[in-house]
Parts: sequence; C-alpha cells; structure tokens
Amino acid sequence: MKDIKVLGSGCSKCKSTIKLIEEAAKAGGVEVRLEKVEDLKDIAGYGILSTPGVVIDGKVVHAGGVPSREKIEQWLEAA
Amino acid sequence: MTGRWIAGLAAAGAAWVFAYLQLPAFADGIVGLLGLSRATHLGEALHFFFYDTPKVLLLLTGIVFVIGVIQTFFSPERTRLLLSGKRLGAGNVMAASLGIVTPFCSCSAVPLFIGLLSAGVPLGVTFSFLISAPMVNEVALVLLFGLFGWKVAALYLGLGLLIAIVAGLVIGGLRMERHLEDWVRAILAGNAAHSVGETMSWPQRFAAGAHHVGDIVGNVWPYVLAGIALGAGIHGYVPEDFMAAIMGKGAPWWSVPAAVALGVPMYTNAAGIIPILEALLGKGAALGTALAFMMSVIALSAPEMVILRKVLKPRLIAVFAGVVAGGILLVGYVFNLVL
Repeated sequence: MKDIKVLGSGCSKCKSTIKLIEEAAKAGGVEVRLEKVEDLKDIAGYGILSTPGVVIDGKVVHAGGVPSREKIEQWLEAA
Repeated sequence: MTGRWIAGLAAAGAAWVFAYLQLPAFADGIVGLLGLSRATHLGEALHFFFYDTPKVLLLLTGIVFVIGVIQTFFSPERTRLLLSGKRLGAGNVMAASLGIVTPFCSCSAVPLFIGLLSAGVPLGVTFSFLISAPMVNEVALVLLFGLFGWKVAALYLGLGLLIAIVAGLVIGGLRMERHLEDWVRAILAGNAAHSVGETMSWPQRFAAGAHHVGDIVGNVWPYVLAGIALGAGIHGYVPEDFMAAIMGKGAPWWSVPAAVALGVPMYTNAAGIIPILEALLGKGAALGTALAFMMSVIALSAPEMVILRKVLKPRLIAVFAGVVAGGILLVGYVFNLVL
C-alpha cells in the first residue's frame, strides 16, 4: 500500500496529475492511498518550488508539471 | 531517436516557413472569396482577422516550442541554486534575467517564493524574479518582435528587466522582511530544501518542447482569437486617429495612468493583448501609453495579487504593486517622450 500525496493549490495540472495516478494504479493493480494537499502552508513545508508535486511515502519524487505516464508507472512498480 | 526528431523538426520547419510566406495571399484569398473589398469596413476588419490569426498562431507554435526546449535547461531548482547567497545588486540583475527563461506558472508563485527565500535568496532579489517572470513574458516578446519589429521588442525587454531590477532593489532596501505573513517566516526559520535533480536527453527535451506547445497554444488560442477579433473590429471600424486624442502623444498627462489603471482588472495573457495593441497603435495611440497598458494587464493582475496576499502582509503587497505601477508609468512617459 503506497501513500501518495499530490501537492498543488487546485490548478488544472494538479487535477490531471491525480487522474493519471489513479488510472495508472488501477491499470497496474497497485493499491494506493491518494491524498490531495491543497493548503499552501503544507505544500511549502515539503520544500518544492513548483506545483504539482508528488510525494510517495513521505518522499518528494516530482515537482513542476504533470508527470509522464512512464514515470508514474516506475513509481508504482518500485517497492 | 534523436535522428528521427531532427528529421521531423526539419520537415516541420520547412512547412512552417512555407505557410508563413503564404499569409498575405491567404488573407487576400479569403476576403476575395467572400466577395468583399478591403475598401469596406467589414472587408478590412476580416482581412486583419484572417491575416493575423494564422500569423500569430504560427509564430506562437514555433516560438513556444523553442522556449519549451530552452526551459528544460532552467528548472526552478537550478534557478534557486544560482541565486542562493547572491546579494542585492548583482543578484537582482541575475534574478530578473532568470525570470525570463525559468518556467513559471502563477499557480506556483507561492511555493517558488518561499523556496527561494528559504534557500537564502534575499527578499529584494526574490522580488526581482517574481516581477520579471510574468512581466517579461516570452510569448509577448516574440509577438512584439513579429508584429512591430526588433526595436519595440528590445525596448520591452530592456524596460521590463529594468523595472524588475529596480523594484527588487527598492523592496530590498526597505527591509520589509517582517511584512511577510507569520507562517511564511515560521517555515523560513526551519529548513526545508529538497530538490529533485534530473538530467534529460535531447529527445526528452524535444518532447518537452512539443508538450509545451500543446500546453501553451492549447490554452491561449481562445484569448488570441478574441484578441484578434477585437483588434480587427478596432482596425476596421474605429476611425483613423480616434485613439490619438485619448492615447496619442498629444493626449493629456493622465492618459498613461488611466491606461495602467484600466489594465489592472483585465486578466488575459500576453498573446491575447498584443493584437489589441497592434490595432490601437494603428489608430494613433502612442507607443508608451499602449505598452504601459499591456504591461499593466500582464504584470499587475488582480488574481495574482490575491495569490500573493497569502504570503505577504497588506503593506508589502501595497509596496509591491506601487513600485511596479510606478515603474510602468515611468516606462510609458519615457517611451512617449523618446519615440
């Protein structure tokens, strides 16, 4: 079970990032707990410079722009 | 993979140049097909629309691609690294320049702002970046170059940088750190600096450029169309020299401040505002007044102020808006005097 957080203040790119991760998780049969972090204070606390950012199990793996499908699959595969 | 991209890009480039050369014939053809003459108001307005629309879209596609590739070399993380530990002065010049090439979206303004400050970038230097990034807009720069020539583009670039540098110096000199919101200062006291380092291959950079085109052109085309339609209306129906009285060189002193004030509540992007600018200039508006209006629309938008209000206390927001507005006013007057 992966704990995934998507950081972003609700722009359209953040929404498509969440959708992409949901789809990839479903397709790969990976169990995830997806959480949206919209509060600016919390986002800034992760130290990212541009949104959307992705945090997996407490670690920042991506910042700025919608991640590619391949990238998401790699994250999901990595144990 | 790289070879395929290069072949594809060469073909696309050739098609681009061919299409660009056909623009006047295309507009003439459409107006002719509709059985209209350019001597009529409607014919002239439609000609403007069918000439400018493909022209602006072609310019946008080409340039946004190139910029998308360039931006892969300047991530926000890299910019932060370059700026950390810089002092007021040289740091402001660098920050304003980096503001042009660093990918920036207004929804990331707050995280970027905090990220820069937490890496030890002085407040004044951070503001130079924050002002230059939206104001010296690459799309605007390219469109100005395409529609008005290199002089206007260079003036816009130079004065935009100057405003960003000077405004940052002023804000830095006023020592307004305590006018940051308290939660921001709390974060700065702790240390939060992760960075995601990535290196890219050329095909990845090209793909990023293509993605950038889809992103930007996909988002701005309605603004461009609306801007050109409005511009076409002004071009075809507003009498010559109509603007000269309100926005021209002989206009009263308040025409520049009025143009700036008018720009604040307007929220569009550079791509939409420039066709309007073209039409206004064609009707006798002075360049300084028109540019002041454009810069105000781009750099002093109300929604951006709302976002920044989350990190800045009212006084700092007021200083920020005041300094930028003052700079734009000055640009307007200087342009009107010089040109």
